[in-house]
Amino acid sequence: MNKVQNAVQTDQLGKQYGSFWALKDCSITVPEGSISALVGPNGAGKTTLLKLLVGLNKPSAGSSMVLGKTPEQGVDFLSDVGYLAQEVPLYRQFSAQAHIAMGARLNSRWDAAYATKRLNDLRIPLDRSVAKLSGGQRAQVVLALALAKRPRLLLLDEPVAALDPLARVEFLSSLAQAVAEAEGSLTVLMSSHLLADLERVSDHVIILAEAKTQLCDSIDHVLQTHRLLVGPRTEERNDAYTVVQATHTGRQSTLMVRLNQPHFKDSHWQIHEPSIEEIVLAYMGQGQLEREMLVKGGTR
Amino acid sequence: MITFRLNTHSGVPPYLQIVQQVRHALQVGILQAGDKLPTVKEVVAHVPINPNTVFKAYRELEGEGLVQPRAGIGTIVLGRPAGPPPAEQAVLAAELAVWVQRARTAGMHDDAIEALLQAVVHRKEDV
Repeated sequence: MNKVQNAVQTDQLGKQYGSFWALKDCSITVPEGSISALVGPNGAGKTTLLKLLVGLNKPSAGSSMVLGKTPEQGVDFLSDVGYLAQEVPLYRQFSAQAHIAMGARLNSRWDAAYATKRLNDLRIPLDRSVAKLSGGQRAQVVLALALAKRPRLLLLDEPVAALDPLARVEFLSSLAQAVAEAEGSLTVLMSSHLLADLERVSDHVIILAEAKTQLCDSIDHVLQTHRLLVGPRTEERNDAYTVVQATHTGRQSTLMVRLNQPHFKDSHWQIHEPSIEEIVLAYMGQGQLEREMLVKGGTR
Repeated sequence: MITFRLNTHSGVPPYLQIVQQVRHALQVGILQAGDKLPTVKEVVAHVPINPNTVFKAYRELEGEGLVQPRAGIGTIVLGRPAGPPPAEQAVLAAELAVWVQRARTAGMHDDAIEALLQAVVHRKEDV
């Protein structure tokens, strides 16, 4: 088996603003060549994590290695990393062509022909000011510019949040094609709170909730190890699984569980295979549960 | 050439969905020995799906002896998956159709029939 290298590895990474921890105990890995989805509710620390990885923030705790280096705002580190912030970073009066020309002056490595070809293939007018393009076209321009740098790692913060469903699918398809063309030499870490889109193109998922890592694993493995159990009400514990989220009504219990053993059979339960969206939501709900318990504990 | 669909609401891992779709296409004859599977780039251009997922599915199919990658050509279909030949499958399908008709006559809805079939198939795994 090939040894999988990690493009990103963090160890108990944390960022504190005053007394507030925006991110805490964050230990994740992003395998090289993967498209990893960073999901979590608003305020979970997704943007904070991405900024730490690109060196725009300094960690308050822990450490991270990105492409084998410690993130810093230096040419040596940044030439291999592309970062797209949440706000689309374009000059509205400039055309796509002007942006490409500008990129060539600002970057030591710049593949203008590649960016031009991408946009031509998508039939996006190169000579029109980007203010006159649609939101989906602007997102494609930004992506083409980020890829022209030929980065080994692309960090995208909510790239599809503002796009309509069709533009989202086109953007993600475009991204998947770029990864396919790179044949393993391009890794993408992309944050979003739109689960349905990400699960299509991602093969690895990282769930942040309540400023902590809840899960970091390949999507295939996540699907294999999670089950939704429905049965008569019970508070019973079982070593075969760990409960992620439990919902009880008067007579019925519904448990989202992580299996601790490969095969699980129990006639007590109706066993369902949950979708990745259901699993992610259960982990997010878990964070909320913990917070409610903390609040209750605090008021006592 | 076949195209793939991805159902993100099912609990079936995406790579397995592709494997199943290729197996199914082989069973029913949409794909035949000598046919070429779409390249990863072609698949990705058509449906937004992770390229590694497609690679993984093709590797799995290769492991099962159903397809073979050939340098410069692509992934070539070798043959049909293990299992009874189409004629015998048609017989099994006809028998099942009779049973389904009986269940409907007995007043079962299609949802209930599917649930029952799943329950029986899963019960077999317990043995």
